[in-house]
Amino acid sequence: MKEHTGANGQFIELTGVTKTYPMGEGHIVALDDVSLALQPGEFSGLVGPSGSGKTTLLNIVGSLDEPTSGRAVVLGEDVAQLDEKRAARLRNLHIGFIFQTFNLLPVYSVFENVEFPLLLLRQPAEQRRRAVADALERVGLGDRAASRPHQLSGGQCQRVAIARAIVKNPQIVLADEPTANLDAENSHKVIRIMQDLNRDLGTTFLFSTHDEKVVGYLRRTITLADGRVASDETGSAET
Amino acid sequence: MLLRFALKNLTGAGLRTALNVVVLSLVFIAIVTTQGLLEGMNRQASRAMIDAEYGGGQYWSPDFDPYDPLSYSQAQAPLPPKLAEMVERGSAIEELIVQGTVYPVGRVFPVLIRGIDLGQDVLDLPAHTLGDSGAEIPALIGERMARSTGLAKGDSVTLQWRDRNGTFDARDVSIDEVMKTTVQSIDKGQIWVPIEVLRDLTGRHGEATLVVVRQGATAAPEVEDWSFKTVDFLLTDIRNLIMSKTLGSMIVYVILLFLAMLAVFDTQILSIFHRRKEIGTLMAMGLTRRQVTLLFTLEGTLIGVFAAILAFLCGGPALWWLSRVGWRLPETTDSYGFAIGDVLYPYYGPWLVTLTAAILLFVTAGVSYLPARRILRYRATEALRGKML
Repeated sequence: MKEHTGANGQFIELTGVTKTYPMGEGHIVALDDVSLALQPGEFSGLVGPSGSGKTTLLNIVGSLDEPTSGRAVVLGEDVAQLDEKRAARLRNLHIGFIFQTFNLLPVYSVFENVEFPLLLLRQPAEQRRRAVADALERVGLGDRAASRPHQLSGGQCQRVAIARAIVKNPQIVLADEPTANLDAENSHKVIRIMQDLNRDLGTTFLFSTHDEKVVGYLRRTITLADGRVASDETGSAET
Repeated sequence: MLLRFALKNLTGAGLRTALNVVVLSLVFIAIVTTQGLLEGMNRQASRAMIDAEYGGGQYWSPDFDPYDPLSYSQAQAPLPPKLAEMVERGSAIEELIVQGTVYPVGRVFPVLIRGIDLGQDVLDLPAHTLGDSGAEIPALIGERMARSTGLAKGDSVTLQWRDRNGTFDARDVSIDEVMKTTVQSIDKGQIWVPIEVLRDLTGRHGEATLVVVRQGATAAPEVEDWSFKTVDFLLTDIRNLIMSKTLGSMIVYVILLFLAMLAVFDTQILSIFHRRKEIGTLMAMGLTRRQVTLLFTLEGTLIGVFAAILAFLCGGPALWWLSRVGWRLPETTDSYGFAIGDVLYPYYGPWLVTLTAAILLFVTAGVSYLPARRILRYRATEALRGKML
């Protein structure tokens, strides 16, 4: 059974999180007093228009950024209190990322891209090989291990990115607009893969999206508007 | 781990890496080649000077100063017993030097008359040929001297000198041999005669100007009034000359190195610019900014490593061949003042290669770090958005 909580028992808990960015002589508010909590195994999405604060929130949960005020606790760690090394360690061990533009390493093969997080974890070669093969099988790319990213379609690239995110068996996968660059068919395929992984591995998925196709799959939809939580709905998702 | 990533990224960059590696390796080869030539020049000239003139060091008589021609009239002194004993043992030879003048075909030509023992084997000088003709005063000159005076083997020429009382005297001498030597200081303006003959001519019996110690002879003893000059001291001028040439050539190396480093720097800047999102992705996957900076610095530094390897593989055999066959020098080189000869054999010592490689790697690492250090201030969120550094 996977360890879902940190030392203090919280999984993901944001309390009064505000994030502002300097802009000229003033500043813009990306997140404004956001409070929410996520439980282990959730398949949730942040929806809202561009500039509503979805990516900022994901970045804070992913310890890539820290709140200007308020408290963000991820796996028992207060994100604002983490130094760079500990934040990197948290991401390395427990958080997988999926990006809109896939962000695969272009000079690496599919296998090497997926293997990369395991190399950072210094896992033995045989263990890495098995984990990569398993992850690629899960996303249906077991036969493309030797390919390079430029030889793959957009959908395939995103599936490689998913495999890379889940290969280390993280507790949280953060997906920033994962279907924005995909056609409808691939979008559904990618979301279903993530849904299966959520179900089979118990991994928590948190999306940012404004894609209606994705929203249909979410079990919890958190709508952001102007940096605030406009609604937080839990409902049945497509299966 | 980072080294592995850096290697992968470099090999993945293909042509960009190859171009940098080739340029840098050419610079490496150029530096080693030129330095090797200068080092070869140094060694060759030093060797020739030691063999033909300096031996294992020299004792100078009290008033001898080779840089002051006026001192030659007093630069003779009775040989002290300690030195006489060394000469007797064969671990040194004595040389008597006086000023004189020759009159080839009516021209006036100032010379140094140098008396040397006919049977000596301390210096690489064909003194044994003196007396082959049976002439009363046999003389040996070098090719340069022969050219400038128009003298040839078998010629007679009038030689004038002053004896120990300051009286001028003159006799005809016979050129018994014209020697070929790379050492100009025993050739140009020099005329060699048997030392005992010169002592008779000048009335300086038992006197000498200097004593040359055999190479490898046991430590030279202290001799009152006579100063011992080590080989290092005697070679100071040559080494300074080579050093000045080395420093001059440094300007070219610095320019070459600068251009190569500019290429590396440029590549690093472009690489960081093109890979902004990759930098963000690496941070998202758990690398710290310091690690990413190190990764990019390593990539640049590895270009230097590859360049050194390529230079070793491609340039190594060529340089080895050059050190065997040598570099044929034009006739005019003789006028530069170096005792080099017709062919210069470059010398590529392990220090030269290692030091050049170390400098190259150090500079490459520094130049790679300069643009990469900006990553230390780069936020992962900005990098993922592709925002400029």
